Amino acid sequence: MSEKVIKVVPVVKTEKVTEGVFSMWIKDKDLATAAKAGQFVSLYCNDGSQLLPRPISICEIDTKEETLRLVYRVVGKGTEEFSKMKAGDEIRVMGPLGNGFTLEGTEAILIGGGIGIPPMLQTAKSLHAQGVKVQVVLGYRDSDLFLKSEFEPYGSVIVSTEDGSVGTKGNVIDAIKANNVSGDVIMACGPMPMLRGIKAFAQENSIKAQISLEEKMACGIGACLACVCKSKDKDHHTNVNNKRICKDGPVFYAEEIEI
Amino acid sequence: MSVNMKVNIAGVEWNNPVTVASGTFGSGAEYSDFVDLNKIGAVTTKGVANVPWPGNPTPRIAETYGGMINAIGLQNPGIDLFVKRDIPFLREYKDTKIIVNVCGKSTEDYCEVVERLASEDVDMLEINISCPNVKEGGIAFGQDPKAVEAITKEMKKRAKQPVIMKLSPNVTNIAEMAKAAEAGGADALSLINTLTGMKIDIHRRAFAVANKTGGLSGPAIKPVAVRMVYQVAQAVNVPIIGMGGIMCAEDAIEFMMAGANAVSIGTANFHNPNVTLEVIEGMKKFCEKNGVKDINELVGCVK
Repeated sequence: MSEKVIKVVPVVKTEKVTEGVFSMWIKDKDLATAAKAGQFVSLYCNDGSQLLPRPISICEIDTKEETLRLVYRVVGKGTEEFSKMKAGDEIRVMGPLGNGFTLEGTEAILIGGGIGIPPMLQTAKSLHAQGVKVQVVLGYRDSDLFLKSEFEPYGSVIVSTEDGSVGTKGNVIDAIKANNVSGDVIMACGPMPMLRGIKAFAQENSIKAQISLEEKMACGIGACLACVCKSKDKDHHTNVNNKRICKDGPVFYAEEIEI
Repeated sequence: MSVNMKVNIAGVEWNNPVTVASGTFGSGAEYSDFVDLNKIGAVTTKGVANVPWPGNPTPRIAETYGGMINAIGLQNPGIDLFVKRDIPFLREYKDTKIIVNVCGKSTEDYCEVVERLASEDVDMLEINISCPNVKEGGIAFGQDPKAVEAITKEMKKRAKQPVIMKLSPNVTNIAEMAKAAEAGGADALSLINTLTGMKIDIHRRAFAVANKTGGLSGPAIKPVAVRMVYQVAQAVNVPIIGMGGIMCAEDAIEFMMAGANAVSIGTANFHNPNVTLEVIEGMKKFCEKNGVKDINELVGCVK
């Protein structure tokens, strides 16, 4: 039986992380118990003109407090509505959705780019808790290094910035090379060009890579077939090399998918 | 007060007048985590073709004000896997009827699927001659009354189950298409499919869906759908399954008053996976409150 739930849950805390990026903590025992690093939830808007749920990655899971922390960028009316919510408000949520990262390896390289950074935080925590050496590589546009300090308790953290203001100038692969980071598994979330670069880097260096994809979604549960990606093997739903990001992903082994 | 919620659509008795719009509900498996499928009058499946179809490139959907545009492109596993996997799954739910939506690129494609289904335990067929998102087939059959009549006849020759023809709203006169389907022998009609639409992402200076155009659905199109159901109800004598932007019980009642014998819920499933059951309950409550003993009394009551 699926562990997915849909319910109206309380917002217990909200916070502006940086310009345009917000944190929201929601409280629910079922969600917090079932959630795993790399999964996501669907948040529904109150404004009836915004029909589709917003898929938001899980940034942190606190089973003791029974909360999930969601960190998202405001990109439209839906996320703008969420950003105005306050502690004590309620929000309709469905989740946890998709499959998270497989927690494996002995020396993991965790890579996050932009708004792909939040799901890597719980991943870092979970891997650290099971004794995996965690090496975090974060890609930013500029010196606005949101969430960076929160990774530091769980492992080493290096950054790349597009403008070169902090860390390695360039992208996350440049930072990995400049710092001679090595490991036996990569886990990554971020924009598609970054993920393509990581897939190539992982192949060149024979490192196993798990990457988390995103796409416009409608149902969030694998029914509508909006959020597919090209897969190497035939998918078990349609038999046509189309994996559903919401249901079969969002995390895939890099060699499974064509990006 | 007990209310009769049962409806008879072309000889098939549903426990209530609510089904789901093809493509929004898969074959029910994904929604069965949230919805007891036994409580829905009928499950209408995602369109199935003679062979697997990969569908369109992504992005396949975009949200619009009070609606959404989709151009999935009828990705489907083909009739073989569908028969092996999806029909047995749905048949487990003894109280719900199974409506298989059939799509194709040519008359032969449609015929092949309908012939395969003749020996299968499904209750009704819905023939999709109105998908705006595939280049061949689909809507090409649905915009010319002669073609509508011809394909309906071909379906009726082969089908062992009642045939529902699904009509496109992207026509000048939908009543004419409805009459053509009726003349071809259609047992029932369903309408409306999506309205062809377009959205441009002004920040990327690009089309929001890769297919450029897509089908607009959701509450934004409801008044158009209600008008078309009314026009078709005036023009034909076969039962009508009305759809287009139903979000709640009141919307469903509105379609029935316009002349629909049953209703389909589509885009609303994305907003609320429990919506079908909420609509059924709400329709029953409306009847109780208004002294309606039989939901069928509402059909076409506004002339």
